[in-house]
Amino acid sequence: MTHAPMEKIARATPAPVARRIKGLSDRAIAWIFVAPSIFLLLAVNIFPLIWTIRLSFTDYRVNRPNRDVEWVGLRNYERILTDDGIWATMQATAHFLIWTIVLQVIIGFALAYLINKKFKGNDLWTTVIVLPMMLSPAVVGNFWTFLYQPQIGLFNYVIAFFTGADPASFSMIGDVNLAPWAIVIADTWMWTPFVMLICLAGLRSIPDSIYEAAECDRASKWRQFWTITIPMALPFLMLAVLFRGIENFKMFDLVVQLTGGGPGNTTTLTSIDLKREAFERWRTGYSSAYAVILFVTVFGLASIYVKALNKVKER
Amino acid sequence: MNKKFMTTVASGALVTAGLSGAANAEDLTLCWAAWDPANALVELSKDFEEKSGHNMSFEFVPWPNFADRMLNELNSGGQLCDLMIGDSQWIGGGAESGHYVKLNDFFEAEGITMDDFIPATVTGYSEWPKGSPNYWALPAFGDVVGWTYRKDWFEKPELQAEFKEKYGRDLGVPATLEELKDIAEFFQGREIDGNTVYGAAIYTERGSEGITMGVTNVLYNYGFQYENPDQPYDLEGYVNSEGAVEGLEFYKALYDVGTPPGSSNWYMGENIDAYKSGQVALQMNFAFIWPGVEADPNVGGGKSGYFPNPAGPAGQYAQLGGQGISVVSYSSKQDAALEYIKWFAQPEIQARWWELGGYSALKAVVEDPGFASSQPYAQTFLDSMAIVKDFWAEPAYADLLLAMQEKIHDYVIAGNGTAQEALDGLVEEWTIIFEDEGKI
Repeated sequence: MTHAPMEKIARATPAPVARRIKGLSDRAIAWIFVAPSIFLLLAVNIFPLIWTIRLSFTDYRVNRPNRDVEWVGLRNYERILTDDGIWATMQATAHFLIWTIVLQVIIGFALAYLINKKFKGNDLWTTVIVLPMMLSPAVVGNFWTFLYQPQIGLFNYVIAFFTGADPASFSMIGDVNLAPWAIVIADTWMWTPFVMLICLAGLRSIPDSIYEAAECDRASKWRQFWTITIPMALPFLMLAVLFRGIENFKMFDLVVQLTGGGPGNTTTLTSIDLKREAFERWRTGYSSAYAVILFVTVFGLASIYVKALNKVKER
Repeated sequence: MNKKFMTTVASGALVTAGLSGAANAEDLTLCWAAWDPANALVELSKDFEEKSGHNMSFEFVPWPNFADRMLNELNSGGQLCDLMIGDSQWIGGGAESGHYVKLNDFFEAEGITMDDFIPATVTGYSEWPKGSPNYWALPAFGDVVGWTYRKDWFEKPELQAEFKEKYGRDLGVPATLEELKDIAEFFQGREIDGNTVYGAAIYTERGSEGITMGVTNVLYNYGFQYENPDQPYDLEGYVNSEGAVEGLEFYKALYDVGTPPGSSNWYMGENIDAYKSGQVALQMNFAFIWPGVEADPNVGGGKSGYFPNPAGPAGQYAQLGGQGISVVSYSSKQDAALEYIKWFAQPEIQARWWELGGYSALKAVVEDPGFASSQPYAQTFLDSMAIVKDFWAEPAYADLLLAMQEKIHDYVIAGNGTAQEALDGLVEEWTIIFEDEGKI
């Protein structure tokens, strides 16, 4: 291996710079290289976080620059944690989160399992299946509002075809009982392909030799599925759950486009509620406290989950 | 150097320079909602460009995102907009937070008087505090909620006969809200020309301001008041009065019996679509849509009629829409922006504005003898503008609006609780907001 490029660089370094660097340790030089990244991280992530935490103890409103800002202590946190409306949005978010993840994992894994089998047109079907996730959430939200239209919507006609009900007799996005499912269905349609791709990567990472050894031991397909496929694909499945969980916890665009958070507050997820507090009501201090609570919740749950994921990987 | 002095100097400079002799051509940006009148304004503004030498750019944002986008711009002190045609409810915040330039001195210097404009538009779009001679905008676009109906369906002899038999009166323009509900119910699910049609498209939207802009047309007429007329911010018994509760129950009943299935989140655009596509017999909407209805091949050309919001037991009122045009205080081109307002206020420009589909608020235009017959909807516009009421224009209007959106939608569309509980809850939330604001 030649050192010619390094020598060239050394020779090209201006003498004053070379003199300065000469006395520095490897550790110091390493710090010089990572310092810009650390500075950027502090400026873009850490500083806003600290600033948000500070604002969360005040009654600051960004649309009232001339008003005195008061230190209110824990009042914002107390108001949020005792607000029934916010707990209702948390419940709506939990319902959305749990059901989208359950459905996407089951359907995504099943699709991946089928696609993993070698058959003619395999690539074409993979492309067709992943199309929904390439669309913009706003576009998806918009056209699902048409699909759910009781008078012209395809969804209602399909349901009517199988159940015999009048298509105009139910409204997926206007009914308090159906609207939470309407957003689950739309999100599942859009993001199941993503879960499928991750699962497919997991399934393709399992060496054929393991299945061949199982065949030699006369293990049934069912047993191979439960003792080889699932355990070896599990880290990938868990990764998919983590990604979808984080994404759906902050779900906004698709749901706003579909239901606007309604009817009433039925589909008002925490991110929608937070946006209203921060950028419609302009309660900056209050919404900062709200954001901190959500951050701690997501960070805490994600940390526990990542630990579990690492344990599964180590097995 | 204070702003007042600056404005006076700018106004003086304008008087001296005149419109045709602008020394420096500026690129002015006017911000407004993306809707039909905005296109008319682009056309109208070509005259200003020609006469002044300035270039006009436009930033139009669709209604559902208009407030978010523009209030963000104003709150961040952004310089995107030199002129803002902001919603009437923004006037308090625009004035108190210093987003808008106060126009009194400019008006005085240019001989523009608010007496020349429809009083309701001056109060609604220009004044802050309300009722005081402090002007932050020039009335730009008069608008009000009214109703459009399928005149061709109403004139069908078989429907007239059936209606008369059922309700004991002619099928025609409703005089009261109860009559309107009867008509909506009559058309609901009916087969007309081979299609299933429905009663009325009303405002039900949850995300921005839709359902509030709709329900107030009923609440006002049933006795709802924003506050005690003798004691500001005293809400109990006014917002949730017996009449207001009855009005809210009426709106829910209208939604339940006379609106198309799936219309749980409809506002201006959805109502227009439903009406133009022949789905509904009646449509609640702001007057700005009427030129578009008249021009539509399916429902225009005499097939549609217009009427003001019908009366209720406590009177006849309608929700004010519309906007005033303001100069943004963060603009570095305030002189040119004021020049635009001066040009826009001229009677001949206002007359042209009406011709192009913009609703002028200038008395010289609307009181012209030929105005009422100039368009099929012109008289309805005049009648409606005479009965307007508006939502809060307080700096905290967004807080107040969101609380109302939530309470009303939760009762009317989601069907949770009772009307009394919804309005009691609204009083509670509005009281907290005014306490936070230091108003009570």
